[in-house]
Amino acid sequence: MTGKKSNLAPLRLHIPEPKFRPGDEADFSDVAVPPVDSIARPDEASLPADIQSLAFGLVRVLDDDHQAKGSWNPNLDADQLRSMLRNMMLTRAFDDRMFRAQRQGKTSFYMKSTGEEATSVATAMALASDDMCFPSYRQQGILLTRGYPIVRMMNQIYSNSQDHLKGRQLPIMYSAPECSFFTISGNLATQYPQAVGWAMASASRGDTRISAVWCGEGSTAEGDFHSAMTFAAVYNAPVILQVVNNQWAISSFSGIAGGERTTFAARGLGYGIASLRVDGNDPLAVYAAMRWAADRARTNNGPTFIEYFTYRAEGHSTSDDPGAYRAAQEFEKWPLGDPVDRLKKHLILLGEWSEEQHQAQHDELAELVKKTQKEAEANGILGHGMHQPFETMFEDVFEEMPWHLKEQCAQMIDEQHRKFGPEWEPK
Amino acid sequence: MMGDTKTMNMIEAINSALDIMLERDPDVVLMGEDIGYFGGVFRATAGLQAKHGKTRVFDTPISECGIIGAGVGMAAYGLRPVPEIQFADYIYPGLDQLVSEAARLRYRSAGDFICPMTVRSPFGGGIFGGQTHSQSPESLFTHVCGIKTIVPSNPYDAKGLLIAAIEDNDPVIFFEPKRIYNGPFSGYYDRPVEPWSKHEASAVPEGYYRIELGKAGVVREGEALTILTYGTMVHVVQMVVAEMGIDADILDLRTLLPLDVEAIERSVKNTGRCLVVHEATRTSGFGAELAALVQERCFYHLEAPVERVTGFDTPYPHSLEWAYFPGPVRIASAIEKIMKD
Ligand SMILES: Cc1ncc(C[n+]2csc(CCOP(=O)(O)OP(=O)(O)O)c2C)c(N)n1
Repeated sequence: MTGKKSNLAPLRLHIPEPKFRPGDEADFSDVAVPPVDSIARPDEASLPADIQSLAFGLVRVLDDDHQAKGSWNPNLDADQLRSMLRNMMLTRAFDDRMFRAQRQGKTSFYMKSTGEEATSVATAMALASDDMCFPSYRQQGILLTRGYPIVRMMNQIYSNSQDHLKGRQLPIMYSAPECSFFTISGNLATQYPQAVGWAMASASRGDTRISAVWCGEGSTAEGDFHSAMTFAAVYNAPVILQVVNNQWAISSFSGIAGGERTTFAARGLGYGIASLRVDGNDPLAVYAAMRWAADRARTNNGPTFIEYFTYRAEGHSTSDDPGAYRAAQEFEKWPLGDPVDRLKKHLILLGEWSEEQHQAQHDELAELVKKTQKEAEANGILGHGMHQPFETMFEDVFEEMPWHLKEQCAQMIDEQHRKFGPEWEPK
Repeated sequence: MMGDTKTMNMIEAINSALDIMLERDPDVVLMGEDIGYFGGVFRATAGLQAKHGKTRVFDTPISECGIIGAGVGMAAYGLRPVPEIQFADYIYPGLDQLVSEAARLRYRSAGDFICPMTVRSPFGGGIFGGQTHSQSPESLFTHVCGIKTIVPSNPYDAKGLLIAAIEDNDPVIFFEPKRIYNGPFSGYYDRPVEPWSKHEASAVPEGYYRIELGKAGVVREGEALTILTYGTMVHVVQMVVAEMGIDADILDLRTLLPLDVEAIERSVKNTGRCLVVHEATRTSGFGAELAALVQERCFYHLEAPVERVTGFDTPYPHSLEWAYFPGPVRIASAIEKIMKD
């Protein structure tokens, strides 16, 4: 059943394909890395229409020799730089430890942010501590930067007796209002319109706090993403909409999310939103862009849309095997390097850091997370009995427990008695 | 045509059904998140892109609304799209396209347009998926007019039902219980998982065969009571019945809509007692429909009220999922209660 007219050329369906697959030699020589200061930093009050080219360039601060240069240079002092480095190294140490814990069967699941630490740590440092974050699942660096207790994160990952989320959420789906960190959803991109709504509320109340939201480039295909963009533009909401373009959405490369056609940053242009494309592995560029966007939002100049160009160095999650769909060694060949390494070299160049200090800090952080892990494991690991009391399962469905949940709770307790003997009591 | 049999788990059986349908019918296309080169996060489409080409088996953007909406358009052209939604929990962004569009295309156009689309999706809990990777939303779809809803419980049925679904001219939701996809999920002392693994691989014909939609499977014939169930629960129910040594008549419903009401009626009229078992939450779940139906059609034959064993009316809790899951104790208690009357 085709409607083919005799002498017309047949139509063809285009299916995007990544350039490299397992067994291929990755080569990123065609990835354009413009020099630092190829795009100058505009005034925060610029109109979106006047700065459209920023969606196609790459905001960079650290050059190939690890010097901070150009108009985007945020001019941070050495203490701020060291603290940024430490937060990123802590994130990496935490990821390594928890990844291993999953492999040892202590929990069901884990997701690393290796290579993308700048997009959570540097952004969090550029915000005010009470600006509201609507993260996706790879922004653990925000919590670590804001000083959320590491043991609490681990308790959540182990779903143990001290898990503040009562063992209900998948590991890494934290919630921390005390750090202005919104509860994470497993459903992609749902946080996008919610962040816009929070910003609208803040604006309508004459508050001074702004909101920021993160999602992956794959998630920009969701309808929620586009609804959020429309609302942000219509209400000129004080929100920073960020896309962490780490090139891969599970096994699907960025072309499957539309990345072959234009930059992700350019998606903001059609909505009339100021849009930046940023070197996501340059912590200073990430900081500077976020600071610029935050200043815009706080001065009622409206929303900003930011794409961080980065690379997902590890698997999507502990359930994933990246070797099955992409070329090995892609990360080593990634033209924008490793954010931790780049900041380290910059600090060394400034004479404010050394290889020895770096190694010492690496060991200190590894020891810190190891020690904290022991503390968390004393509260239990997944499936080994030290979990939340059974009846907590029925709490928080509603503010007050309706009759049917009370009845079901009693039934469940009775089942546990039958399983474990009449002397068993819920803890 | 069925050819030799091979031992397959459910994933392999589904892969085989898709392979055969791609081979037999050039109108069949598979699409979904990560299903192409990689073969899907559960590997259901592994190898199919390499064999049948990129335009027949391809990755989609992460947009369930786009996937299902595009499926409706492809079906309107005359293809037979088989979209995969990575987890049933993520079908909701595509719900409007399913409920308002796919389901009513035939009705609103008086048959001008039809939607022969089969949406496949792994569903159910028991793999430590937490509250966003464990849901059983089947009753949302049986409540919609114009969609067929299928839940297989074993590799043989999964293959035969999936082939029939793809050949069907109406939109079908094909829910695959991921708990019994691959093999045992062991390592936790407090989870009753071992006995279920026995059912995961079975002899499956390598070739083409169909299992008619709308016909229940008879798992076991008996006189003492009727147990109506489907999906993963078929295995839990079998285990309990064997342990209790009770002569139950177990029906695996397989197709929830259209439902095999004749088989249900025949069985309940014979046994006089009925238990409904499903994993989904209780209130307004499919069990309520089954209980009402049995009451309407078999009231004068019933010797005890119809009982329901279900998940609780809470989201699926990550660490306590095995206490949430309608396991052997819950089922055994219900059977004892029914048999007392
Ligand atoms: C609505 C919805 N659909 C599908 C999924 C399954 N899923 C989880 S993560 C993921 C890939 C996301 O990729 P991206 O947005 O690029 O983020 P990244 O993992 O690369 O950080 C998919 C498809 C989901 N969680 N939610």
